Amino acid sequence: MTLAVSTVDLARIQFATTSLYHFLFVPLTLGLAPLVATMQTIWYRGGDEAWLRLARFFGTLMLINFAIGVATGLVQEFQFGMNWSVYSKYVGDVFGAPLAMEGLAAFMLESTFLGLWIFGWDRLSKRVHLACAWLFALGSWLSAYFIIVANSWMQRPVGSKVTDGKAELTNVWELLTNRFAIWAYIHVILVGITTAAAVIFGVACWHLLRGRNQELFRHAAKLALIVGVPISAVNLGVGSHLGVVITDYQPMKIAATEAQWNNCQPCAFSLFQIGGFTVDDETPTFSIQIPHLLSLLATDSWNGEVQGLNELQSDEEGQYGSGDYVPPVRTTYWSMRIMAYAGSLVFLVLAVCAFFYRRRTLETKRWLLWAGVLTIPLPYVAALAGWVLSEVGRQPWIVWGLLKTADANSPSVSTTTIVFSLGVFAALYGILAIVDFVLMRRYARLDPPEVGGEGDEVSMPAVSY
Amino acid sequence: MDLQLLWFCLIAILWAGYFVLEGFDFGVGMLLPFLPEGEEDRRTMLRTIGPVWDGNEVWLVVAAGATFAAFPSWYATMFSGFYIALLLVLFFLIVRVVSFEWRSKSETPGWRALWTWANTIGSAGAALVWGIALSCLVYGVPINSDGDYAGSFWDLFNPYTVFAGVAVVALFAFHGATFLTLRTLGELHGRAENAARRLALPAVVLAAIFLIWTVVVAMDRNDKDLFPPVLPAALGIVALGLALVFLFQGSNGRAFAMTGLATISAVATLFVSLYPSVMVSSTGFGNSLTVEDASSSHYALAVMSVVALIFVPVVLLYQGWTYYVFRRRVGGQPELS
Repeated sequence: MTLAVSTVDLARIQFATTSLYHFLFVPLTLGLAPLVATMQTIWYRGGDEAWLRLARFFGTLMLINFAIGVATGLVQEFQFGMNWSVYSKYVGDVFGAPLAMEGLAAFMLESTFLGLWIFGWDRLSKRVHLACAWLFALGSWLSAYFIIVANSWMQRPVGSKVTDGKAELTNVWELLTNRFAIWAYIHVILVGITTAAAVIFGVACWHLLRGRNQELFRHAAKLALIVGVPISAVNLGVGSHLGVVITDYQPMKIAATEAQWNNCQPCAFSLFQIGGFTVDDETPTFSIQIPHLLSLLATDSWNGEVQGLNELQSDEEGQYGSGDYVPPVRTTYWSMRIMAYAGSLVFLVLAVCAFFYRRRTLETKRWLLWAGVLTIPLPYVAALAGWVLSEVGRQPWIVWGLLKTADANSPSVSTTTIVFSLGVFAALYGILAIVDFVLMRRYARLDPPEVGGEGDEVSMPAVSY
Repeated sequence: MDLQLLWFCLIAILWAGYFVLEGFDFGVGMLLPFLPEGEEDRRTMLRTIGPVWDGNEVWLVVAAGATFAAFPSWYATMFSGFYIALLLVLFFLIVRVVSFEWRSKSETPGWRALWTWANTIGSAGAALVWGIALSCLVYGVPINSDGDYAGSFWDLFNPYTVFAGVAVVALFAFHGATFLTLRTLGELHGRAENAARRLALPAVVLAAIFLIWTVVVAMDRNDKDLFPPVLPAALGIVALGLALVFLFQGSNGRAFAMTGLATISAVATLFVSLYPSVMVSSTGFGNSLTVEDASSSHYALAVMSVVALIFVPVVLLYQGWTYYVFRRRVGGQPELS
């Protein structure tokens, strides 16, 4: 019997599922860390205990979330070597550096100061304890930066040259200031803050609906809206500008994302289409289009030219030799739209809620509060779709223009081994997901504990052993 | 000193840091079902490592990241070759992380017992697999002329490596027990001392044999002389002996320092026995990966050296401060605030 899937496909499935799973936990940490620190700062400055209670309440959620992030992050780091040994040998000189920096400069900071924050309430002075919250946030942001630097080098390899069939670091500054990385990083950070704002707002709405702890969660809702509305709006702009950056370095990715088979000028943006996703079927049977919008999104100009897949394919064949250089069109097309639509919807819900909040009628509109609760999953959907777009859109390359995914996996690892490990991860991650969801839900629904209890265990129930 | 050697040493230091710190976390986990009388004591035991175990685990992340950056071929061959072993490590570590979080989330005795054992199995399992995997680097595994792993999961097992795994488990259990003598009060403290004394002799004997055996394997299979591997091994044996003496004299602090030093010596013995190889090939010694051909370019190593020289001291400083902040013993009697 021959297996229909190759080891490369299996390794890709494993990487995709474990990475997406890992990224379920990352944005919330990136956003909650500074927001919880902000809550604690407001309490520190003004002495209003409501903010202390909120900091501990959302800190508990942050903690449950962070632990799973740590556990699944380790899998990410090991997996490069386990499944992608050719890739690891090829890129280690360049790609390994930001990864090691992440561990040493960021992740150490993150975990150590989280421990201090959780258990340090009655052992540290208020000021030092607050500093721990901010250092944890700093650690999580630095951590994301180094990971994005590593990923962006795969998208746009800079600061390196290829010698003896291996990439070699030549300029670390270029690596760290890769234009692709800067914009992708801003995007990821804003996604994190938007996610946290949506989660805080959704949880607050739920409590307001139940009529419990009204005063407290009005504070939380206000903070979430003040942060969430502008940040989610700016993020739509940043995401769109990232599209322009991608057009400069990965025109093929943009063409695939837009299912644009031939050069166009000016280019219309397709909002929705049926068909038109394969080379045998280039013209959609049905589509809704907005004139000029693609030119604007991809090139920042009203009449900008966007290259088509067919032209780019023949260009790249000229440059890299024969082969198929078109990424999966249907997947990139839809992942981009799911991302953009979900992201816009988050902004819309938050903006409408902010409008009624200012008119002091938010709490009387139960449907709106429910909309707030139901918005919680949307930033996650957008973030995962965004990664699918970014990584699937890079295919067939694992490192753009240098190394193909199909040539990068471990020669010594058999299909049986990967099938086995896929099974282990599926079972493990499945259980993790269920229990994590149950725990998050339970602690999100609890009444925030009163301040002034004895010791750690009373003030932060989720962290007692 | 040339940069390749510097990075080989740094990676050894990172592993040593990981094992000294996570070693007692693992030890506490292994003793969790056996040491305490009741639920209250069990929670106290977990609280002794509560604030630090997560930071300790990051040493592993950094060790793996540093190997990737400084010796890509070593990282690639080791991680793809030891696939199932590392999958097991990940499994054990994830189960363990989760046990810390979830154990207290329900009052049911069944639930608590489940996660107590998950923590114990996760701790012992990870220690066992690490012992086997790292000793395999010196003992040798099948590597072909392309520098790729050419064996199966079962090639990791032989009397020496399995013994190494068991010795590491015993050493960590002992290390965890001496740690607990410093962090607990009252009856639990007495139990910790008892456990340390009962574990002492078997752990010391197993670990000492492992150190000697490693030097023999290095001479036999990695073309090393008796000197220098014998130096860290001898230091380790002295530390183990002193741990025994201090423990029975009642100087628990010194005993813990010695189990820590023994752990460092064990890592040092492995790495000194390894150099200049990083992974010995059992199928033709010429196929062994060496520091020379597995390493990154000079520029990449230089950049990483600057980063390490800045951040390693800073990390040591703030992690050390964490232990200072949480120096007070837990449990036994109500704490004064």
